[in-house]
Amino acid sequence: MSSTDSATPTRAPHRDLPTGRGPERRVGGGLFDPGQLLTSLPDALGKLHPRVMIKSPVMFVVLVGSVLTTALAVKDPGNWFGWAITGWLWLTTIFANLAEAVAEGRGKAQADTLRRAKTDAVARRLSGGTEEQVPGAELRVGDLVVCEAGDIIPGDGDVVEGVASVDESAITGESAPVIRESGGDRSAVTGGTKVLSDRIVVKVTTKPGESFIDRMINLVEGAARQKTPNETALNILLASLTIIFLLAVVTLKPFAIYAGADDQTSLIVLSALLVCLIPTTIGALLSAIGIAGMDRLVQRNVLAMSGRAVEAAGDVSTLLLDKTGTVTLGNRQAAEFVPVTATTAAELADAAQLSSLADETPEGRSIVVLAKEQYGLRERHAGELEHAEWVPFTARTRMSGVDLTEDGTARKVRKGATGAVLAWVREHGGALADDAEGTANAISQAGGTPLLVAVEDGKGARVLGVVHLKDVVKEGMRERFEELRRMGIKTVMITGDNPLTARAIAEEAGVDDFLAEATPEDKMALIKREQAGGKLVAMTGDGTNDAPALAQADVGVAMNTGTSAAKEAGNMVDLDSNPTKLIEIVEIGKQLLITRGALTTFSIANDVAKYFAIIPAMFAVAYPGLDKLNIMNLSSPESAILSAVIFNALIIVALVPLALKGVRYRPMSADRMLRRNLGIYGLGGLVAPFLGIKLIDLLISLIPGIG
Amino acid sequence: MTPFLAAVLQLVALIGALALAYRPLGDHMARVYSSDRHLRVERWMYRAIGADPDADMRWPAYLRGVLAFSAAGVLFLYLLQRLQGSLPGSLGFSSIDPDQAFNTAASFVSNTNWQSYSGEQAMGHVVQTAGLAVQNFVSAAVGMAVAMTLVRGFARTRAQGSTGLGGAPHGTGGLGNFWADLVRGVLRILLPISVVGALVLVACGAIQNFAGIHEVGRFTGGSQQWNGGAVASQEVIKELGTNGGGYFNANSSHPFENPNGFSNLFEIFLILLIPFALTRTFGRMVGSVRQGYAVLATMVGIWIGFVLLMWATEFAGHGPAFEAAGGAMEGKETRFGIGASSIFAVSTTLTSTGAVDSFHSSYTGLGGGIAMLGMQLGEIAPGGVGSGLYGMLIMAIIAVFIAGLMVGRTPEYLGKKIGTREIKLAACYLLVTPALVLCFTAAAMSLDTPAHSMTNSGAHGFSEVLYAYTSGANNNGSAFAGLNADTQWFNTTIGLAMLLGRFVPMVFVLALAGSLAQQRPIPATAGTLRTEKPLFTGLLVGVIMIVAGLTYFPALALGPLAEGLAA
Repeated sequence: MSSTDSATPTRAPHRDLPTGRGPERRVGGGLFDPGQLLTSLPDALGKLHPRVMIKSPVMFVVLVGSVLTTALAVKDPGNWFGWAITGWLWLTTIFANLAEAVAEGRGKAQADTLRRAKTDAVARRLSGGTEEQVPGAELRVGDLVVCEAGDIIPGDGDVVEGVASVDESAITGESAPVIRESGGDRSAVTGGTKVLSDRIVVKVTTKPGESFIDRMINLVEGAARQKTPNETALNILLASLTIIFLLAVVTLKPFAIYAGADDQTSLIVLSALLVCLIPTTIGALLSAIGIAGMDRLVQRNVLAMSGRAVEAAGDVSTLLLDKTGTVTLGNRQAAEFVPVTATTAAELADAAQLSSLADETPEGRSIVVLAKEQYGLRERHAGELEHAEWVPFTARTRMSGVDLTEDGTARKVRKGATGAVLAWVREHGGALADDAEGTANAISQAGGTPLLVAVEDGKGARVLGVVHLKDVVKEGMRERFEELRRMGIKTVMITGDNPLTARAIAEEAGVDDFLAEATPEDKMALIKREQAGGKLVAMTGDGTNDAPALAQADVGVAMNTGTSAAKEAGNMVDLDSNPTKLIEIVEIGKQLLITRGALTTFSIANDVAKYFAIIPAMFAVAYPGLDKLNIMNLSSPESAILSAVIFNALIIVALVPLALKGVRYRPMSADRMLRRNLGIYGLGGLVAPFLGIKLIDLLISLIPGIG
Repeated sequence: MTPFLAAVLQLVALIGALALAYRPLGDHMARVYSSDRHLRVERWMYRAIGADPDADMRWPAYLRGVLAFSAAGVLFLYLLQRLQGSLPGSLGFSSIDPDQAFNTAASFVSNTNWQSYSGEQAMGHVVQTAGLAVQNFVSAAVGMAVAMTLVRGFARTRAQGSTGLGGAPHGTGGLGNFWADLVRGVLRILLPISVVGALVLVACGAIQNFAGIHEVGRFTGGSQQWNGGAVASQEVIKELGTNGGGYFNANSSHPFENPNGFSNLFEIFLILLIPFALTRTFGRMVGSVRQGYAVLATMVGIWIGFVLLMWATEFAGHGPAFEAAGGAMEGKETRFGIGASSIFAVSTTLTSTGAVDSFHSSYTGLGGGIAMLGMQLGEIAPGGVGSGLYGMLIMAIIAVFIAGLMVGRTPEYLGKKIGTREIKLAACYLLVTPALVLCFTAAAMSLDTPAHSMTNSGAHGFSEVLYAYTSGANNNGSAFAGLNADTQWFNTTIGLAMLLGRFVPMVFVLALAGSLAQQRPIPATAGTLRTEKPLFTGLLVGVIMIVAGLTYFPALALGPLAEGLAA
């Protein structure tokens, strides 16, 4: 095919080239690239040091076995079987290290990007009113530094003076600048980010080397990785299984001598048996699973300050969700125009739209959008209307509007908060319509926000009607909460609204519970109450007054836009500052635990087939009846043992992608999840090695002189 | 009626009787171990030993009680045997040798009841009744007491038992009172059932007297003797307390111990009665009888499975001798037949009882392997009185840990987290018996002298040794006849295996119970692994079979499998 293609001169071969490369380029990112195995090989070999290996007792035993068989093979160099076993035992060890190295390698690229951001900025330190230039590394906690447009902020701290726009893309990957100002919840700045405009004075809050960016580098590189409680517990169980198998294999020697099978149970064969039996699959992949779990969080721009927090996320049974931004869209939106008796809805919509054109707040925009959607009113632009004098919305007047002169008559339209508009009408000598206030109150009580629209024209000043603003529950949240409920997680919505409003939104969104008019103290009390009942609580927060609750929660996710106190108190930081991510964090935590459990089950279930391969191979000579256990009908004792060892090594590589990506997780009840995973990894773990070992045996038996 | 049909009917009758007794006995035991009232006779006993029965013991204190009481038991039993020659009522038997006296003392205190002696040729009335029978009661009660601590560990919350200043939520970590549990177990559970049971056995024809030795006939080269003795009373607690040490060497195949088919079935009933019913007690005490049923279903599933396997191996079989007898009749009583003997063999090996009404060595090769594997599961289905329950709960913890992760939560069982400390203790528990069995067997096979004790060569000879240490370390006590175990080597090593196999795991169980008792329970949600569902029961069976299978498969291959597959 290809020869005819290239022989056809009419076709332009260069056009085919980019498409041919397409699939390769798509690999990367979160996916597993087989090339990573090769590039991580040097790291994997570096990890062969016993001091590193001892951290995984299972793999340490394999290493000892490899060294032992090497010595035996050297002593008897003519024995191909000894060399083959030795080679595959070393490969088993290296594959295990490779899994860890690949997992770590994925974090390294990210760390390099961060390191670049961590240039040694020169700090402009204020001391006694004068400014001095010092290297960023010499800054101490409490120092004040000045940063102006173009400066790199030399260290983590809080803005104590001024306001500036800051480019934080080095950390968050988000290119849009953010505003940082003194006081309030947006005062925290991170070292390594760049000031784009204005001048701020920053009070340094961390020591050099312990800054946020340093911690991030350590985290993504896995340097700061400590074993989590569950990982430690699993390691203990694996170690005890290893001891049991060690006993079973070591004591087998005297039994075999008695049975007259001394020759068939050489040290090489026993080493092979031991390595096949001990749970190498999970032992090899355990740390890779942990690193990959952290990595999946990093890919979603969440930094977990400890692996413990990731595990705890899987166990969370109560989620505290801030209403705004998580349950509802950030801002309220116009939902309805309610005219007073003498007005039509269309008239009201027209006036509301006019008066909102100068209101750039999301609420104002939503009124324009609603007028267009419901009454087909095209958005008019400032230039279209003659003699228009725009009155923009300000927080002081709490109104926006426009003064028009149409056909010589002046017409003033205003829209705004109830009190402000009523005062305006009264000021302009207008009468107050009774039903306007009533409608407004009704909307308030139903949990919405009323905005009044008024006009002053030839007929005098009067209220035209009310715009009903309400919280809009984010799309898909109901289903999301339903899923969480099925997973056994209770959701509690936290809001500053009054209980009435809160209840209305809670019902619409489908959360299990809500905390209205919530103060930080209320949040804290709620967390403590849930924890006293044995539940694990997760929450997000950004303000300084959230800090105690963030520290108290089992999983406290601080928003990156938040104060440094909040970031310090939480055990995770969301660089995107997206509170919805809490749900994803819980899922990642669960996925991490499921992957561990699935591979442990798989690993142990594998042993059954290995026994059926190796036991008859060792003892069928002494007791011919035992050949009945050779149900796979393997071709020769050597081939049977070698096949089991090869399968044991290859399965590690085969499962690296699964360890890195994690077992697919879908929200469902524990029962269904257990049935599904037991089916796949339990039964699969029983059956797969029978097939795999048989296949490898078939291939080996094809090699001349062996089969 | 074919023998097989008879066997099926007997099994059905047995299950029916056990089912009837399950709830009342289980609930009764739950009340016994939860009650805060003391009987008058109990108060006298507490006063006599100077114990405060209301003190809530933490696990180290409880353990000290268990170990001190058991050590005293070993010492007393040892001295009693050593002094038998000078004691009255000894039927003229001499004192027992030191190694055998140690072995027997260790055996009865550890609830193993391995016997390297022949009862009718070595032990007089005093040792049998004041020594061995007493230990039959108290060693069983100790097992139940330890099981109760683990149940309380699950049932208790940190807040409970808090008498701290200001009601601070700091639990005492208390697990109950050893002396109260011990005394109640004997007085309120074992004694009443034993009295009734002994009368039933006497009615069946078991003997109960203090008669001496009768010479009943002369044969070439010797005379036949019949011993009298308080047999029925000892027989009942031998089965009820999952002890298994027979009054006579022939154990429950002796007509004085087990006169007929009904008494045989009744004895199997007694063996299984408390171990099964304790799952009800467990369910009651942790506040969910369904959790108890799940554990029960696991035990019953394995037990019935083993009975069916045993029937398959023993009824089948080819060759003229088998076909003439309708199956493998060698070593089995014609009174009981293959079916009932198989049920007895499976029940006695799965319960750490070790009484036998037929000789396991004479079973088919695979049948002997089933008996051995039954013990190697760790005596948990349903296991010894108390020890079966705590052994099964340890396996449940392991199963929860492995599979629990697959539901996306760190593992928890009955609302208690299975963390690093818990899994460490459970894993240590798991290591003890395999280590003892495999190391002692390997040592015996490696040395020159122990091999002289084997009657058979080849795979069957190896099975004799493997069976002996399996039986000792798992506190079963049954023997694969053929091995002459009355040697210094076997008396000493099996004695050690029995003591270590009994008390080292208890240390871990008590520590685990203490650790669990201090935890605050986690409420169950839809995301919690449901341990009362059939799926978990199936999983638990799988974990038990795989863990034991993987541990012992190579050894079993060289013994019973090599023998059984040779045909």
